[in-house]
Amino acid sequence: MTGKIVVDELFAWYDDREVLKGISLEIKANRVTAIIGPSGCGKSTFIRCLNRMHEIVPGAGTAGKVYLDGRDVYALNPIEVRRRVGMIFQTPNVFPAMSIFQNVAVGLALNGWRRRQELHSTVEKTLSQVGLLEEVAGRLDQPATGLSSGQLQRLCIARTLAVEPEVLLMDEPCSALDPIASFRIEELIRELKQKYTIVIVTHNMQQAARISDYTAFLAQGELIEYGSTPAVFINPKDRRTESYITGRSA
Amino acid sequence: MDPCACCLRAFIFGGVFGGILITTNRATYPGDTFFRRLTILFALALFLLVLVMAFQLYREAQPSLQRFGWPFVWGREWDPVHEKFGALPYIYGTLVSTLLALALAGPISLGAAVYLAEFAPRRLKATLAFLVDLLAGIPGIVYGLWGSFVLAPFLRNCLEPWLGKYLGFLPLFQGPPFGIGLLAAGIILAIMCIPVMTAVTREVLEVVPAGQREALLAFGATPWEVVRLAVLPYAREGIIGAFFLGLGKALGETLAVTMVIGNRPEISLSLFSPAHSMTSVIVNEFAQAVKAIHLAALIHIGLLLFGITLLVNIIARLLIYRLGRKVSRWKQVE
Ligand SMILES: Nc1ncnc2c1ncn2[C@@H]1O[C@H](COP(=O)(O)OP(=O)(O)OP(=O)(O)O)[C@@H](O)[C@H]1O
Ligand SMILES: [Mg+2]
Repeated sequence: MTGKIVVDELFAWYDDREVLKGISLEIKANRVTAIIGPSGCGKSTFIRCLNRMHEIVPGAGTAGKVYLDGRDVYALNPIEVRRRVGMIFQTPNVFPAMSIFQNVAVGLALNGWRRRQELHSTVEKTLSQVGLLEEVAGRLDQPATGLSSGQLQRLCIARTLAVEPEVLLMDEPCSALDPIASFRIEELIRELKQKYTIVIVTHNMQQAARISDYTAFLAQGELIEYGSTPAVFINPKDRRTESYITGRSA
Repeated sequence: MDPCACCLRAFIFGGVFGGILITTNRATYPGDTFFRRLTILFALALFLLVLVMAFQLYREAQPSLQRFGWPFVWGREWDPVHEKFGALPYIYGTLVSTLLALALAGPISLGAAVYLAEFAPRRLKATLAFLVDLLAGIPGIVYGLWGSFVLAPFLRNCLEPWLGKYLGFLPLFQGPPFGIGLLAAGIILAIMCIPVMTAVTREVLEVVPAGQREALLAFGATPWEVVRLAVLPYAREGIIGAFFLGLGKALGETLAVTMVIGNRPEISLSLFSPAHSMTSVIVNEFAQAVKAIHLAALIHIGLLLFGITLLVNIIARLLIYRLGRKVSRWKQVE
């Protein structure tokens, strides 16, 4: 079986600064793939190339291929790619001028959903999927800014799930959260992988070990090691991977 | 002693002692305390200055306030010879020209700011932003000259006849085209407000976090949807602030308005007809006002203008405060 996403010799740059230097890997469907590596090595850039968010930065560009279900995403319409490959950011960037309901419905509305009944049932379904429905019951019409940061991040996940993507890209989704809120997100990720293919960037080695099935280690824009998480963590092949995982400088 | 000076002195002493009292129980480093007191003093001085100014206006306007009272505001007659004074034509001219200016300048500045902040290529953006800032610094008299030599003839010969022909069914666009009048004043004021409003709005839009835009883009939103659903709602308090800044500028602008408004104290629904404004009447008549009551009436108008400006700022604050607590009505889902 080939991967849900296949990356082939991917290069990426900002202006004249090359950040990804030829990365090739396969991301398996319905698995959690963790991307780890030292700060500035290009993890965020890498996942932003997968849903064509990299190109919105002025002066940024890519070369190489990214296939989603065998089709080159750079030959598809970026809007379709971004709808199929959802993204969750490090800071829970909810829209402060919108209510909780509107925050979840905004993606649906952008995709042409209009009927209030359908919107309501979908919003409630996705909110309950992330375990937020009870916590915000009766507050759906209030501003989203009143929630805790863990709730905000789950709201962002709900917002992304509402448009039914196939892949979820998460860029350090827990780094702004306290341990308990992080733990809830981890549980959620474990449930979500039944339905979605998940790629998560994390700085937390324990987290990567706990939730991921595959781990990719990047350093200075290159893929150093990629394999099943137990293999990478217990028996790393590369010396740099080993020293990074064990906390010695890479 | 002069009550005003007395009042001023009392305020300054109060400020100093108040400042010392506020700060003494939180002494940390001597330098820190000193600077905190100094800044409190400056802040109080500013507040004081406004109070003293209002008080002075009030005092100097006393003869007119006592003689005419509130009816001054809706009196329509202005006759220094027979000592009859009413400010309505001036208030009307100021309000209408200001509203017109805002109606014209609002959409234009918002559009320009959105272009500059969101769509302009990087190189062009810096140049355009610089030009906008430059425009903001041109003195009013230059705009006034341009208004009376270029804009007014253009209005008289082209725009006003055209408006009269096609929109003449509205009372706003009826009557003979003078060129000089409310429309000219509104347009000049709009041109003068646009740079400030654009510059401030652009800055407000630029501090909208990138995450707000990216979150929507990640849903496959188009750039226009990003502006409409993420950027503008996020920045709306700041945008309103920018608009009220323009409004304040338009209310207080004197020279350019005086040069193009026609200086005739009439109240006419038509935007083509000459009118007068609060600032214009003060600047025109202040030097010639020999009678005490005439002078007092002019200062009375100044006091009213002060009040209107204050009111506008209070409304702006309230609006921003309310918006901060309310969820926008979002038509797509509702
Ligand atoms: N918008 C940008 N413009 C220019 N250079 C950028 C931009 N974003 C990132 N870079 C550079 O690209 C390199 C890779 O950045 P990236 O954000 O992908 O790293 P990262 O691995 O996600 O780091 P972190 O762990 O700190 O999030 C960094 O050296 C960074 O300085
Ligand atoms: Mg990153």
